[in-house]
Amino acid sequence: MAHSKTSSASDIELQVMWNRLQSVVDEQAQALMHTAFSPIVRESGDISAGVFDVKGRMMAQAVTGTPGHINTMAESVKYFTEYFPPDTMRPGDTYLTNDPWLGSGHLNDFVLVQPSFLDDKLVGMVSCTSHLVDLGGLGMGPDGSDVYDEGLLIPPIKLVDAGQMNDTLLTLIKSNSRAPFQNEGDVYALIACCDVASARLTSMMRELQITSLDRVGAYIFDTSRRITEAAIAEVPDGTYQHTMRVDGYDFEIDMVATMKIEGSKLSVDFAGSSPCSRYGINVPLNYSTAYSVFGLRCIFAPEVPNNAGSLGCFEVTAPEEGCILNAPRPAPVAQRHILGQIMPDLMYGCLHQAIPDRIPAEGSSCMYDLPLRGGFEMNKGQGATKYAVEVTHNGGTGARPGKDGLSVAAFPSGVYGAQVEITESVAPLLFRRRELRTDSGGAGKYRGGLGQNIELESRENQPITLFATVDRVKHPALGRDGGLPGAPGVLRLMHSDRMLNSKGKQEIPAGEIFDFRTPGGGGLGDPHERPTGLVAADVRLGIVSPEAAKRDYGVVLMPDGNVDAAKTARLRERIVES
Amino acid sequence: MGDRNSGRLAVDIGGTFTDVALDLNGQLVTTKTLTTPSRPIEGVLNGIRAVTQMAEINPDQIGTIIHGTTLASNALIERKGAKTGFITTEGFRDILEIAYERRYDQYDLMIDKPEMLVGRDHCWTVDERMDASGEVITPLDGSSLAPAIAQIIEQGIESVAVCLLHSYLNNAHERRLRDLLVAACPGVSVTLSSDVCPEIREYDRACTTIGNAYIKPLMGSYLEDLSGALTAEGLAASLFIMTSGGGMTTLDTAIKAPIRLVESGPSGGAILACQVAEQCDVDKVVAFDMGGTTAKLCLIEEFKPHRSRQFEIARAARFIKGSGLPVRIPVIEMIEIGAGGGSIARIDSLNRIAVGPDSASSDPGPVCYGKGGTLPTVTDSDLVLGYLDPDNFAEGRFQLDRDAAVKAVHDQIGTPLGFDATIAAYGISQLVDESMANAARVHAAEWGQEVAGGTLVATGGNGPLHATRIANKTDIDRIIVPRSPGVGSAIGFLGAPISYEIIRSLYCRLSSFDAKAVANLIGEMESDACAIVRAGAQDGDLVEKRVAFMRYDGQGHELEVTVPAGAITRETGEILKQNFEAMYLELFGRLVPGVDIEIINWAFVAATKTPPPESAVIPDTQRDVTASTETSIYSRQDEKMISVSTFARSDLEIGDRVEGPALITELQTTTLVESGFQAVIDSAENIIMTRIARGE
Repeated sequence: MAHSKTSSASDIELQVMWNRLQSVVDEQAQALMHTAFSPIVRESGDISAGVFDVKGRMMAQAVTGTPGHINTMAESVKYFTEYFPPDTMRPGDTYLTNDPWLGSGHLNDFVLVQPSFLDDKLVGMVSCTSHLVDLGGLGMGPDGSDVYDEGLLIPPIKLVDAGQMNDTLLTLIKSNSRAPFQNEGDVYALIACCDVASARLTSMMRELQITSLDRVGAYIFDTSRRITEAAIAEVPDGTYQHTMRVDGYDFEIDMVATMKIEGSKLSVDFAGSSPCSRYGINVPLNYSTAYSVFGLRCIFAPEVPNNAGSLGCFEVTAPEEGCILNAPRPAPVAQRHILGQIMPDLMYGCLHQAIPDRIPAEGSSCMYDLPLRGGFEMNKGQGATKYAVEVTHNGGTGARPGKDGLSVAAFPSGVYGAQVEITESVAPLLFRRRELRTDSGGAGKYRGGLGQNIELESRENQPITLFATVDRVKHPALGRDGGLPGAPGVLRLMHSDRMLNSKGKQEIPAGEIFDFRTPGGGGLGDPHERPTGLVAADVRLGIVSPEAAKRDYGVVLMPDGNVDAAKTARLRERIVES
Repeated sequence: MGDRNSGRLAVDIGGTFTDVALDLNGQLVTTKTLTTPSRPIEGVLNGIRAVTQMAEINPDQIGTIIHGTTLASNALIERKGAKTGFITTEGFRDILEIAYERRYDQYDLMIDKPEMLVGRDHCWTVDERMDASGEVITPLDGSSLAPAIAQIIEQGIESVAVCLLHSYLNNAHERRLRDLLVAACPGVSVTLSSDVCPEIREYDRACTTIGNAYIKPLMGSYLEDLSGALTAEGLAASLFIMTSGGGMTTLDTAIKAPIRLVESGPSGGAILACQVAEQCDVDKVVAFDMGGTTAKLCLIEEFKPHRSRQFEIARAARFIKGSGLPVRIPVIEMIEIGAGGGSIARIDSLNRIAVGPDSASSDPGPVCYGKGGTLPTVTDSDLVLGYLDPDNFAEGRFQLDRDAAVKAVHDQIGTPLGFDATIAAYGISQLVDESMANAARVHAAEWGQEVAGGTLVATGGNGPLHATRIANKTDIDRIIVPRSPGVGSAIGFLGAPISYEIIRSLYCRLSSFDAKAVANLIGEMESDACAIVRAGAQDGDLVEKRVAFMRYDGQGHELEVTVPAGAITRETGEILKQNFEAMYLELFGRLVPGVDIEIINWAFVAATKTPPPESAVIPDTQRDVTASTETSIYSRQDEKMISVSTFARSDLEIGDRVEGPALITELQTTTLVESGFQAVIDSAENIIMTRIARGE
């Protein structure tokens, strides 16, 4: 006997189902993490998992390491339903694409979709995404001239057809990769992950004796939309435009956003932004949308999970032609995350005009990736160890309303920093230093988070090849409301005191020490409003120098480290007057 | 009665209760006494006096005392440890602050990093450096320690943690620093990372070392006091201390490495579940312990708990993974969630019922306790739904106020959502059970497993009450409620071996397997581990286990591969490869040819042998028993309160059978037999519940 459908108890059970769907996607994500091959998956959870209704609307998505999948997955399932209309889906089908414009912004992300059936009736779909190690081409570097240089592109295609594996496709994927078996393992892991989710979905429906997800879907979408819209409606109506200039590769780039808030509607357009680069730092719109919406969702009702209801409250558009944040095919996009990760700062530049009390200063934002190789073609030394490592480090986050920024912390990406002992074990590198970078946090009433100083060299006295993929070397993270900028990043050869470029392949000669300093976050508010005791504490801990305390904060310290109240008062007064 | 020295006694100090279990040649006597936070030894002595009286024995008839405690954890949580300093390699002063460079909550812009046990002003560096093969690059300059020594003395530092880069491979510099520190700062406790955690990853090793240094003075004096108090009480028993890895160790080892005692209490419940699994011969088990504040889940396979080498202490957000400081010690892998009887229900910003992790604890406790609690809890909802008997709760210690529970659930949960008290209570129950079931499923997935089809072993004051409800949500068809489930941890201790596990890092790839280095390492680990175990067990065979943690180059998850017995030779590498591939194939279905296999860590475990429990059987002939009383509980199927049978567990005999819906009550807990389940008493007096039909 099925439960009655409309009783009070079944109303309560809608809440249970929402939690269960969230758990299904979490379980799906864990299953994928457990078997994935790519280090970025392991270190940062660069995957996603979601459950959808029969119309392809996302009902729940796993909270995973990186925000790049947030909207991309929700949108990509809709594309799949265009290629494979629901009435043609069969039990045992699973579909695949890695098209950057349909999937997740670059070729390495594979997106799978599987229809879920309960007693032969299509009841929903499940999807998952994972970052694969290698798909041939020029790989992950930004030096491809178009997407065809970057590797193998697979349009939406049946990977499993009514239970029958598409071996031809799998062979192609393996034949076009430097890591064929890892790719095979990852593809099977993705399929298994979809199978788990479908099984859990139907198990829940049996337990709660329902035959359709329509009612719970409507409940999730309505609740999420209502709460998110209410949060948007609290913000004053208006049009807020903001421009950020960032380093870029071949030229400096303007990122421009115009945000319109009307009642409970929020839309963003990127008109006015720079045109595409000739290098792979261009961003497909799905990916610029993902990081934009992530930034917005941190402000507007972040407690509401991601689903078609909550994500549908934000509209992101861009000009069709000539916009680096809406890169058209076949632009190279392998390193789309460099600008992508700066999108939240762009959003906050707009929102700061509307709700200054709730918005942090700019942070280092772009992760300070450090892909290093040695022992390959350009190195002439005998007996040099061959290695290729990609270690990630981060700078500081922007100061926050009421709080300092976090020192050396990944935001918005969730990519872990590497441990020195591990890096030194897998590659012949020697780190001479990895410490907080004094004075790198932007001064303010609330101080920006600090970056770090890293100094490294070859343990074998060999040259090292660096593939630089960072930003914020020319243009630091800016402060707000009188707060000062954080220190910009530095890539430098220490002995010869020569600066390196923030992007592209370069050599660190044998015997050199590579000086790699990650940026600090911007400060928030007038530094002179920072309580003198806090400035003195920062100096005592060595994160602000006595000189900077005086110069930026107007705080004079006595030799014992205590505040010289009289001199400080005079200094702060004088600056106010002048 | 019993011979001198024949009794074995286990004591588990928890946050609220101190549980004591006495095993007198197979006869089990248990009690629960209140924990005495200001001097926990009082509670221990009270408990011991109570059981010796109940068993009518003299203290000298107790030969062995096994002690588990949450004091080490509490000292870390409540920041009650020693004033601690940290010394590391020049250039790396900020290992603690930099950590893994990550934020533990993606969407919360306002999070704080976990508060360090040592501030940057108490972190010092010395000139020295080893490389990743343990060779000295920069010799230790002893004079560079002078500024640190001056600060240690000036600041009144009580305990110092030393963690130098790559010291897990070469401890010479750390040892010399200890000598210098001891000479210059007498009375200051020193912990070396190469002693407590000789493992790669500087942040994890530093945190473990600091954790140990932080609690070492406190735990040392507590354990010495305890030992003295027991002697004064007339107990001449050998004292063993439970470790987080599920074994016990000598007092001496516990004083040296108290970090290994963190979370030793909960490990007892998992050990008990292992014994029950073996007794009942079930190989896939979820140990489920639900108390007043939290629920803990542990996966058990082939009678062995899942184990891990990492644990988090001092979390900024208690139930958020990654918000705390990592500690690398051998632990029984458990997931803890904020779901207990005292967990508070509220309406969240999405107008949904949310339960926990805030808890009313035992003071003021749930509304129905009548001790001033005003917020509705899981226990209140269980009372409203009829699962608890207001007149016979907690050994009849106090009367529950059902009307107050109904009012609180109705006013604070029902009214805002437009439901009556019963439906609101049903919602609370559904959501708390859902969160436990979800945690179990997701945790299993993290280990590449699933809980469906397994067996639940339910302990704790609330475990047996919620077990069938969780089973319904996880496709589990069998539940075992052991005897005295309310003091499960202490009973578990009684069956623990004396054991010690050492984990050390030696990175190697199978393509360049260095047999000599591995042989040396394992030889050292073996002699260290066996010496520690032999200090507590001079006679008898030891079980020894050697493990390599292996993975494909670049993959995240390591497999624990058994190292073949005998001398380590070049062939060992080949056998390890075969063992790894066999295990990999079984778990993942396909190998990854052409990719090198790497080994990061090695483990050596030495343990005394423990006799297997007598196997329990379900009698072929079963009797349906009639109820002693009736009570009414909520039925989802009928959408109203229905009348069900209630049985006293003490009245049920081996072979008795009860069909759900029914309640089985005992002093410390109540077992809910949901509709669709039957309960049978097996030959070891366990309650075995099995699904007979897919119920509601």
